[in-house]
Amino acid sequence: MYDSGILFSSVLNGVTTGAVYALIALGLTLIYGVLHIINFAHGAALMVALYAVYLLKTHFGIDPYLALPLVVPGMFGLGYALQRGIINRAGHGKDENILLVTLGLSIVLENLALLLFKSDTRTIETPYTLTTVAIGPAMIALPKLVAFAGALAASALLLLVLTRTDLGRAIRAVAKEKHGAKLMGIDVDHVYAMCFGIGLACLGAAACFLLPVYYVNPQVGAGFVPVAFTIVVLGGMGSFGGALVGGLLIGLVESLGGLFLGESLGQIGIFAVFIAVLLFRPQGLFGAKA
Amino acid sequence: MKDLAAIAAFAAVVGGLTLGIDSGVWLTFIMMALYASLLAQSWNILGGYGGQFSFGHALFFGTGAYVQAIVQLTLGWNAWLALICAVAAAACVAAFVGALTFRYGLKGSYFALVTLAFAEVFRILAVSVDFTGGGVGLMLPLRESFGNMQFGSRRGYIGLVLGFVVAAMLATSWLRHSRFGAQLQAVRDNEDAARAIGVNPWSVKLAAITLSAAFMGAGGAFYVQVFQYIDPGLAFGPVSSVEALVAAIVGGMGTLWGPLLGAAVLHLLAELTRNLFGQLPGLNMIIYGSVLVLIVMFVPRGLSGVGLSVRQAMRGRRG
Repeated sequence: MYDSGILFSSVLNGVTTGAVYALIALGLTLIYGVLHIINFAHGAALMVALYAVYLLKTHFGIDPYLALPLVVPGMFGLGYALQRGIINRAGHGKDENILLVTLGLSIVLENLALLLFKSDTRTIETPYTLTTVAIGPAMIALPKLVAFAGALAASALLLLVLTRTDLGRAIRAVAKEKHGAKLMGIDVDHVYAMCFGIGLACLGAAACFLLPVYYVNPQVGAGFVPVAFTIVVLGGMGSFGGALVGGLLIGLVESLGGLFLGESLGQIGIFAVFIAVLLFRPQGLFGAKA
Repeated sequence: MKDLAAIAAFAAVVGGLTLGIDSGVWLTFIMMALYASLLAQSWNILGGYGGQFSFGHALFFGTGAYVQAIVQLTLGWNAWLALICAVAAAACVAAFVGALTFRYGLKGSYFALVTLAFAEVFRILAVSVDFTGGGVGLMLPLRESFGNMQFGSRRGYIGLVLGFVVAAMLATSWLRHSRFGAQLQAVRDNEDAARAIGVNPWSVKLAAITLSAAFMGAGGAFYVQVFQYIDPGLAFGPVSSVEALVAAIVGGMGTLWGPLLGAAVLHLLAELTRNLFGQLPGLNMIIYGSVLVLIVMFVPRGLSGVGLSVRQAMRGRRG
């Protein structure tokens, strides 16, 4: 059997990865919860953020963590512009059209990256990439610990914005009742674009925490999309607390699945959870009953 | 009757073109456009007429492809027999997935995501188990003969896929005029109202997904016969799901000719951009993606909706 040390380090690994997943899923669930669209460009946007972090490091020597104040607003601006300029205009309010638009955008972004950077997989070197910290019987890479703390802090900040500010109240009002919100003088298109911007800003933060221990190539986002969808469904579509807990859970399932079932089959755990939740509790763990 | 005549005329024109053209490039174009039409029409049966948006039609495509390959390679059966197995297997998988998902009343985004998840599960399984050849995939030996469903000329394959497309068109036409089709469209437009007048939404949707998957499975089997190779990413990856739904939506969902139009236009666009900009990796797909967004932006009802608007405008209705 597996001794407790391996099990513990596997749990630790799962939770730290899960926190970054949660941050990615938080952006997706915000977009879904308010705009009611499934953003297929989410993975491509994460890829864009990762390249931004990569370029800042290689061209300007900016440390990934210090790049946060540049990448997060940058991604916010990109999201705001995409929603206001393209998705809102091309969608005509029809689900299938919005789906095609986000799909088209992801094709464009991915191939833009392919054109500019070729399909090479790139990584960055930081002084702390190989630093490890001992927690109980297990060793864990320092950047993973930072990612864990950072992702939780970013999520907490987002929750604070949503519950305590006027913008947060406006977002929740639009999510609940679009027309009512409009009648109260809320600029719905602006709120939509803000949500898309914040959703992509989450990806910017995730990219800063991810790159020191991860890599970037034009297809890197594709691996995160099914996982992020799973978390969003698991937590309840549009539920922020659910996305956080769901992210940590999925990180655990992936890590333990890999330990017990092996690398390739281990991923099945994620989708088994996904299908089980969809079938037996489609509103998700924390979602309101549909 | 009008539909039947139009379908017969379509088959005659494509058949005539195929016999008249000698250029291999154009024959390949016709073949691949018909193949894309088959996938799009299959998706249209469930998505356009049933209102159930699947993001995971690759599930049925891949099932058909793998069964087509495995039955020939492992059991040593005839390719035509394998085709029957492939179509039946895809329909069975669809009946299973449909029975589960529709039973729990999953619709909209949830249905879309669950089909995506099932396709991913099958992809991971295909990588992990032995009889699919794992990540390496399966290769069919080249043995050109009618009995092996392998043809020396593109014309043979065009005949085959044209047969599938015509069958899918006939099925779609049947949906437009039959009692079952009316029930399906009633469920699409308002499920509660349909139930109130005695339609059983569960069994209607189940029949639709099974029918849709049968044609998708035929598409997978055709793919294997043409390219003699299949691997988990090709079979269950998102490419064929996306190809099917994009062509159907761009062309016009819930119409008889929209999916064919969408498939032909998109395939032409993909070929053009590849020939013009193929030397720069990525550029052709950037243009493809941009045109996709532009089509959605300016032709929200699908390409077949354009003809409709023009006709309406000419009659002077609705300004």
